[in-house]
Amino acid sequence: MDFEKSFFETPSSARLTGIWSWLLTTDHKRIGLMYLFATGFWFLLAVLLGGLLRLELMFPGQTLLSSHLYNSIFTLHGVIMIFLFIIPALPAVFGNFFLPMQIGTDDVFFPKLNLMSWYLYMLGGVIAIFSLFSDGFPDTGWTFYVPFSISTNTNVSTAVFAAFVLGFASMLTGLNFITTIHRMRHPKMGWLQIPLFTWSLYATSWVQLLATPIISVTLVLVMVERYFNVGLFDPARGGGPILYQHLFWMYSHPAVYIMILPGMGVISEIIPVFARKSIFGYKAIVASSMAIAVAGSLVWAHHMYTSGMSDTAVFVFSFLTFVVAIPSAIKVFSWVATLYKGAIEMTPPLFLSLCFIYLFSVGGLTGLVLGGAGTDIHVHDTHFVVSHFHFTMFGGTGFAFFAALHYWWPKMFGRMYNFKWAYIASVLVTGGFIFHYVPMFILGLQGMPRRYYDYLPQYANGNFMAGFGGLFMIVGIFMMMTNLILSLKRERNAPADPWGGVTLEWMTPSPPPLHNFTGEPEVLDYPYDFSKVIEKFARKPKES
Amino acid sequence: MSSHADESGKKMGMWLFLYTEIILFGGLFVLYAVYFSRYTSDFIEGGKGLSLIFGVVNTIILLISSFAVAAAITAIQRGQKKIVLSAIAGCLGCGAIFLVNKYFEWGHKIALGIYPNSDRLLDGPDGLNMFFGLYYIITGLHGLHIVIGMTFLAVSFGFVLVGRVTAKRFALLENAGLYWHLVDLIWIFIFPLFYLVV
Repeated sequence: MDFEKSFFETPSSARLTGIWSWLLTTDHKRIGLMYLFATGFWFLLAVLLGGLLRLELMFPGQTLLSSHLYNSIFTLHGVIMIFLFIIPALPAVFGNFFLPMQIGTDDVFFPKLNLMSWYLYMLGGVIAIFSLFSDGFPDTGWTFYVPFSISTNTNVSTAVFAAFVLGFASMLTGLNFITTIHRMRHPKMGWLQIPLFTWSLYATSWVQLLATPIISVTLVLVMVERYFNVGLFDPARGGGPILYQHLFWMYSHPAVYIMILPGMGVISEIIPVFARKSIFGYKAIVASSMAIAVAGSLVWAHHMYTSGMSDTAVFVFSFLTFVVAIPSAIKVFSWVATLYKGAIEMTPPLFLSLCFIYLFSVGGLTGLVLGGAGTDIHVHDTHFVVSHFHFTMFGGTGFAFFAALHYWWPKMFGRMYNFKWAYIASVLVTGGFIFHYVPMFILGLQGMPRRYYDYLPQYANGNFMAGFGGLFMIVGIFMMMTNLILSLKRERNAPADPWGGVTLEWMTPSPPPLHNFTGEPEVLDYPYDFSKVIEKFARKPKES
Repeated sequence: MSSHADESGKKMGMWLFLYTEIILFGGLFVLYAVYFSRYTSDFIEGGKGLSLIFGVVNTIILLISSFAVAAAITAIQRGQKKIVLSAIAGCLGCGAIFLVNKYFEWGHKIALGIYPNSDRLLDGPDGLNMFFGLYYIITGLHGLHIVIGMTFLAVSFGFVLVGRVTAKRFALLENAGLYWHLVDLIWIFIFPLFYLVV
């Protein structure tokens, strides 16, 4: 494997050394890893903040946090998780690292712009921290709804500006990916030979590009209102507060698909590899990714059934919401059908993918309860909603992130991790997750509202159980990360293709050399053709 | 595999960026549409309060500047460096005149007591407050884009001068030109919405 040095040993540009070989690099792999460390930091911080919230809720009355602090912390938890973790996690980390490799090229189309996006992302994070220490972090929730976001004394402007900068970073990443996929694909790779992870990033990038400007301008308007008091959303001066909600969700609902689509792409990569069987319905998965991108942009007002809309609008948005469930379901059925009669090889990434399918399905199906206009009225703004979006965003995207980490870790760092601890941690996270969020469904159906630091006595048991499950989950997450980090002490001896993958990133040494491939990569006629792998991989993947 | 020679790829990136700009203003035009349908007569009233002359002059200036940019791009392909430089300089001049006009226009309105949160707007009808609120926000954001576009063109000017943008490699100038056309195009929508709404 030592024919060519890996990208860790060859800085790009060659004159850079030490820390500068990272901070000024234009190598997509190094930028991907820098994103990994940054998003990882934010993720663990926000997990701990979430833990604090549930700890406060474990017992009735004020125990740990004051009501005001509680409001700020749930806002901070939401803002960090959404803008600093879920949106960038899969595209910016794994997309940066693997998109160019999957399409057989040596970098993204605009390498300098890529580095600039990373700096914008870091800048956004710094501004968010800064707002903590100036006038206190906003207590509005991550949605920054007017009129409260305009009248509260906390530092909404700075936090909103942070989100604006982060939006810019995400938009530029999307722009870069679309151009890369169009212009830099391996000459022999046609559109229907592109791996599914890259396809999902393509769909995601379009949503990033076309939806993010709406939130940018909306957040600018919040700042304008705070500084100049125009009254655009103030009914006393002719404005409409509901309009703010429309503008906000015009971005923020499509953003949900920015979060989940790359996750679905990861699962579509992992399942066929460990089933040793071609993915079921490649074209259907591609088409459903694009369909989600389009239909997902037309359902925003289902967040607003109780805000005041005409019945016709409610009916239309409810109908479209049910329509958008179809392409998601197509994917779930395709994954399950891929496993059917496959030669399944159990590994940690596959285990996490199976957990993903289960948790995401629960999240998706409870989404229909909320998408139906009638049932939504009952559970609107209750813990049912909290549980639903955690099932999709954490059980979905979060678990896809874990699965991607375990799947591509040997490729990124050239080292295998301990399988046993990976399984134990995964079981803890999944079990903890279920004990954490299922009680919230019940609490929500019983009527416990979200975003309160205290509750009526009848909700005490459910909240106690949720907190208990959350504890297991947090321990599991830290165990999983520790296991991965400890693997870095091992010898760097992971083979080029430890799992039996057939996409191009497995055709090169682990970790890859600076220009990704040692020779011209061989593009398969069909990206999930496992006939050669089955011969080669009659044995089990080894840990070390 | 090398991306550095792919000039049309660079242009594609710029086109994608222009989509985002259109949607950025699109959000504001949605607001305009909603408030226009709610306060139609107030909006017409507000439109009468704006100086048509300023609007027409600024429109003509921007159209001329767009022509200058297009001329610069044609000239660079033919290698006529002097024409390129004077065309860009002319365009920058147009941008500056536009901003000066805007300054006087805003200054006049502010002198009349029409600005966000002013007593005159607060006491007047709601629709008028919305009209002038949107007027300041949309033309303000557009003015900001004029400044960004001018910066972009000024950088291209420098690059042409030192010979880094040439007849063979002119994607930077072309992208600056595309951006400038977009800024112009957005004004073509702003102009009727505010000045010709009467």
